[in-house]
Amino acid sequence: MPLILLLPALLGLAFLLVPLIGLVAKAPWSTLPSRLFSADVWDALRLSLVCATAAMVVCLLLGIPLAWLLARGSFPGRGVIRALVTVPLVLPPVVGGVALLLVLGRRGLVGQHLDAWFGITLPFTTAGVIVAEAFVAMPFLVISVEGALRAADPRYEEAAATLGAGRWLTFRRVTLPSIAPGVVAGAVLCWARALGEFGATITFAGNFPGRTTTMPLAVYLALETDPDVAVVLSLVLLIVSVVVLASLRERWISGLR
Amino acid sequence: MTLHADLRVTRGDFDLSLDLTVEPGEVVALLGPNGAGKTTALRAISGLLPLGDGRIALDEEVWDQPPRVFRTPERRPIGVVFQDYLLFDHLNCLENVAFGLRARGVDKQSARAEATRWLDTVGLSSYARSRPRSLSGGQAQRVALVRALATSPSLLLLDEPLAALDASTTLHVRAELGQHLQRFTGHTLLVTHDPLDAMVLADRLVIVENGRIVQEGRPTEIARRPRTDYVAQLVGLNLYRGTASGTTVTLTEGGTITLAEPATGPVHVAFPPTAVSLYPEAPSGSPRNTWPATVTGIEQHAHTVRVRLTATPTGPTTLLADITPAAVADLHLSPGQPLHATLKATEIHTYPSS
Amino acid sequence: MFRRTAFAALAAVAALTFAGCGDDSPAASSPSSTGSSTAALSGTINVFAAASLTGSFTLIGKDFEKAHPGVKVTFNFAGSSALAQQIDQGAPADVFASAAPKNMDQVTDKNTPTTFVQNTLEIAVPAGNPAKITGLRDFADKNKKIALCAVQVPCGAAADKVFKAAGITPQPDSLEQDVKAVLTKVSLGEVDAALVYKTDVLSAKDKVEGIEFPEAGKAINEYPIATLTKAPNPDGAKAFVDYVLSDQGKAVLTAAGFAAP
Repeated sequence: MPLILLLPALLGLAFLLVPLIGLVAKAPWSTLPSRLFSADVWDALRLSLVCATAAMVVCLLLGIPLAWLLARGSFPGRGVIRALVTVPLVLPPVVGGVALLLVLGRRGLVGQHLDAWFGITLPFTTAGVIVAEAFVAMPFLVISVEGALRAADPRYEEAAATLGAGRWLTFRRVTLPSIAPGVVAGAVLCWARALGEFGATITFAGNFPGRTTTMPLAVYLALETDPDVAVVLSLVLLIVSVVVLASLRERWISGLR
Repeated sequence: MTLHADLRVTRGDFDLSLDLTVEPGEVVALLGPNGAGKTTALRAISGLLPLGDGRIALDEEVWDQPPRVFRTPERRPIGVVFQDYLLFDHLNCLENVAFGLRARGVDKQSARAEATRWLDTVGLSSYARSRPRSLSGGQAQRVALVRALATSPSLLLLDEPLAALDASTTLHVRAELGQHLQRFTGHTLLVTHDPLDAMVLADRLVIVENGRIVQEGRPTEIARRPRTDYVAQLVGLNLYRGTASGTTVTLTEGGTITLAEPATGPVHVAFPPTAVSLYPEAPSGSPRNTWPATVTGIEQHAHTVRVRLTATPTGPTTLLADITPAAVADLHLSPGQPLHATLKATEIHTYPSS
Repeated sequence: MFRRTAFAALAAVAALTFAGCGDDSPAASSPSSTGSSTAALSGTINVFAAASLTGSFTLIGKDFEKAHPGVKVTFNFAGSSALAQQIDQGAPADVFASAAPKNMDQVTDKNTPTTFVQNTLEIAVPAGNPAKITGLRDFADKNKKIALCAVQVPCGAAADKVFKAAGITPQPDSLEQDVKAVLTKVSLGEVDAALVYKTDVLSAKDKVEGIEFPEAGKAINEYPIATLTKAPNPDGAKAFVDYVLSDQGKAVLTAAGFAAP
């Protein structure tokens, strides 16, 4: 590999490894075991993993059809809709949280009706965490799947139609399998983003241990009083994320078989 | 149960206007140069392209009749073999063949049994669990064929079925395909640009050029009486239009030809390249059709050499002659060389232009 | 075109950075209790102050700038514990005003602090009191939406003391990072009640109503203020603290709802 590419590449790698190195170096290794096994840590971790996975599922259920609409639909304003879909990417997460409050909060545009008719309130609940995380993570999935759909060969769908498959069957048995790598890649990004979400979560869902205190929130809180605990929590989150992401077999994402 | 397809489709600058019928058990080939509209016609009949105007119906069942009636492809009793086969990569061969049956509501077990039976008929049952990726061109073509036949369609459509194969496989596969098509009891419409496919596989040819039918009939008739340059070239003939008065025909593009038997009015004049002989000088005791000509091109064919000439102004503007390689050497043939071409009047085939 | 803009941006950033490290010509200033200084001050004074001081200190800052033209006062308002952390990590602060002595104690490099105001807690409800809150007892009601400060933050520590004194176990739905976040939840109507400072209720004007409660007296927050030994602008720091302790400063603080120490 030419040196002119190798050096920046190594620099980039070192840059990205900074958090891992810093955390491992500064971790309170002597007191680690006792801190590690406190209920709060496991509560926050469990909540983080559950909510990120649930948010990913929400994104898959809503995002794949949306991606289909953008890739295959032919209606005016498609470009505008695509731009709107990417808004959560550029919006500061806290602003996203505020926006969610204004719409889905107790007195929100939609929230007030949810409360009055069904008694459902989202703020301060685990469901609220999932909503906030899904909001910020959805664009990753939509963009990835839309790209895969555009690249997919529509002739196979034609072949399925001539064999008697209706549109839903064609989508399930022909289109989806062909875009599977794109869906997996999008879902992974979505999950990772949801796991790390902080601003929208704390603004919309608030903070309460066991219910809405995810790992990022726990880290931020711990930083106030006991930085060592914050380091431990960060290390745990980092290790769990790396293990999950590394265990995804590369072929599922790149589609090589 | 005849298929009637009155097709009128406009796509950008191109417009198609064809009227086709296919009888049960018949194999009809749509033959024409690239861009003629054959694939458009096939897509319209399969429902992948809606008609602009016209009607497609299988007896009483109307498939497409703008503006109100349109049946999507999945609701037509068709099977299509695509040029690139389009076998589903993520399914094995058995699942591919069973796909159509499953899509139409057959349960998994029966569908698989039926699919196995079909794979047997093409000798590929050992490939049932293989992925399409691991098949050769000829094998893939066979799987694509049985995938289309498995649903027992009323109409089988084939789009350039042998185009993706190399020359040596084609011979073998063409013969096999011919047998399958003969055995098939439904209607078959085959689209191709290869005249040999059409001649071998079809009961009836429909020649399409620029979106219109220019000739139709049995392969032998068309070979004997081509109506357009394209067809003539296909079947390897010299073809001209002219006006006959007595035994002399004045060609539309210039020159005259003398016939053995008199005729009148607008005529087609055709003769094979083998009827033309070439001499360095005007031969004596000459046949009536002798013209000075210049060589414009030389092509090597299997056992003969085809020479292109121009015999303006006394003879045809373009002329094809087939001669032996030995004769080429004798004549020291080269482009631009002046020669004399003669034509035996008895080998000239004349028929009225319609 | 792009390169020019990028260069300009870089230059601006550099300028701001250097402006921030305002190391000024040391001016001889004689501190007086009235806060007016005859010596010329310059540069920027960085004040780190507890979130509950946002309104009042901003006003004081403006008054100070009027009295000392050429000086700029910049504020960093946040939870007191976050601020203490930042200072310990080396943030370039000149003055630190904390909402509790505990957080002031966390900071090591400081001069002797002075308590300058006191703040008491008050129950805050959205305008119109839709959930009909009457007192501290309502905070134990599971069906009501309650927001409190996290216990690590001064207002949270004070709330904790108050609840213990009253013998009530609160059922909060959210434990926020700083008192302003709690206040926001109340003004948006997302919660039925919260415990914030008197000063916060006043600052939210008509969006929020306040309900006093007797046990408030059990946890009065004393606010200390101190100049930092590593201050980039020590003269400015001293001048600012003097101004806060002066009559002018006191007037602003009292108007905001703070009590005298």
